[in-house]
Amino acid sequence: MTTPTAAPLTGARRSATSRRPRFVAAGTGRREILAAYVFVVPGFALYALVMLYPAVQTLLLSLRDWKITPGADSPWVGLDNYIRAFADPVFLNSLVNAVVYTIVTVPLQIVIGLFLAALLDGKLPGRVAFRVLFYLPVVTSWVVVSLLFQYIFSSNDGLANFIAVDTLHLADANINWFQGRWTGMLAICALGVWKGIGWSMIIFLAALTAVPRELHEAAAIDGAGTLARFRYVSLPAIRAALSVVAILLVIGGFNVFISVLLMSGGGPGNQTQVPLTYMYDQAFKFLNFGYGSAISFSLTALVLVVAAIQYWWTRRTMRS
Amino acid sequence: MVTSPLKRRLGYAIRYALLGVTAVLLVYPFIYMLSTSFKPRSIVLSDPLQVMPSDPTLENYAEVLGLHSFLRYFINSAAVAIVSTVLIVALASMMAYAFSRLQFPGKRILFTAIVVGLTIPTMMLIIPQFLLARDLHLLNSLQGLVPFYVGTALGFNTFLLSGFFESIPRELDEAMLIDGAGPWRRYWNLAIPLSKPALATCVIFAFLGTWDEFAWALTVLNDTDVRTLPIAIALFQGQHSTSWGLVFAASLLAIIPVLIVYIVFQRFFVAGLTSGAIKS
Repeated sequence: MTTPTAAPLTGARRSATSRRPRFVAAGTGRREILAAYVFVVPGFALYALVMLYPAVQTLLLSLRDWKITPGADSPWVGLDNYIRAFADPVFLNSLVNAVVYTIVTVPLQIVIGLFLAALLDGKLPGRVAFRVLFYLPVVTSWVVVSLLFQYIFSSNDGLANFIAVDTLHLADANINWFQGRWTGMLAICALGVWKGIGWSMIIFLAALTAVPRELHEAAAIDGAGTLARFRYVSLPAIRAALSVVAILLVIGGFNVFISVLLMSGGGPGNQTQVPLTYMYDQAFKFLNFGYGSAISFSLTALVLVVAAIQYWWTRRTMRS
Repeated sequence: MVTSPLKRRLGYAIRYALLGVTAVLLVYPFIYMLSTSFKPRSIVLSDPLQVMPSDPTLENYAEVLGLHSFLRYFINSAAVAIVSTVLIVALASMMAYAFSRLQFPGKRILFTAIVVGLTIPTMMLIIPQFLLARDLHLLNSLQGLVPFYVGTALGFNTFLLSGFFESIPRELDEAMLIDGAGPWRRYWNLAIPLSKPALATCVIFAFLGTWDEFAWALTVLNDTDVRTLPIAIALFQGQHSTSWGLVFAASLLAIIPVLIVYIVFQRFFVAGLTSGAIKS
């Protein structure tokens, strides 16, 4: 199991002994090169073992009908696991749920995060206290906040029912949030937004702080009001931060896992499954390791394609 | 900027009002949790807007702290988090130093492998990682968690630190080089002392990441003795599904170390987040 990591390392060591003139020229002799490997090899070996090797293995496992029993034969099945996944209504459903989660949570996190960052930008006594408060949900563990929101959305007299039924009269009777697909997804999305706002706020705030004061002052002298300065000075200056946040939030949205696992468990009847909870069920409940790997790999490939399109699109609009 | 004091005060007032309303909305779930943890078992889920329990009690905390297992899980989590954090910071800073200051064949390939790894979501690797842990006999033990926590965190921290090391003026290195200092001395006496803010950021993220880690621990740990706190709390809720006061008392006790680290070091959060996010 350790051989795959040994391969790149021995390769690197071998080329180290063939001293190339430019390393000598840079004043770094053979001892320096040796020292460099002592710095890099322990960390890189571990990194290769638990990250790079499993990444390759995910692909290889997904092409097999993997048997968990040691010594059992795990035949190659080609793309069968992928064909099965894209004909599996539960997997397709889980993808739809992940798309819904992303479409609901990403814009809300960006808009509210940007709103708060704009309020906190510039001189304001006590701004650090607000920043610390808004960031609190981000540092709290997913396990704790998932349980907290399960309680808030609990079927009896939870806070959510108190607001939706007793205060706003949106329904006649208490709602069983986790007994339906969309009410369950709503609760999961609510947690996603609440937990993520502080993160986007911090990034936007850092980007806004970097905007030169002189630009604001010049715009103010030209008679631009607060909103106009935000629209024409701040917003263009933080476009790079905006696109980074959007890309990272989309990746995070498709990879939603712990909140779904703990709040709805994918239920009722697989209706709120997302790709990662379904993968987890397939692998560790039903021991379908090959099929689970195919789901993992499909999701990652899909997310990378979406992120690449986003990246390409921002590059294009930034240039024009 | 030339603004009249009155206008400035009005601006402050509007901003405080908007910030205050949002702060209440965002913090309310925490207050709700805190208040529930002080309510007696029987009247949980009474009135969600009643912040101060009419009959506050410490019985939930007493019960959680009285559980022998809770203390054990707390120590388990602390041990794993501390050992992992030390290893992450040590190995990542060494790698980062070599990538930013030393010349060696294969440097570009290895660094590219680190950057590419940043795009891989860890959950995608959980199945082969599980099989690897099984083959290396690392399942179901606290020591077995460490190599995986360290290995998965190395990429991000190496990337973050090498960016920081790059910003240290090269002239300082050259001055030490002229004095005959080898790479170890330049790393230990120059790069490390000059990088305290960046190292603090790494310590915070590494500690919080391992303290809160859930998915991997859930997958590889079986025995009750070796559970970490997040696992214990999640299972606790399963066993005491109606005793929310108890669940939240346990949760809040688990949050305390996080809160301490967060409030003491909060300025490093901004630095770490922005350097990590903006550069990628």
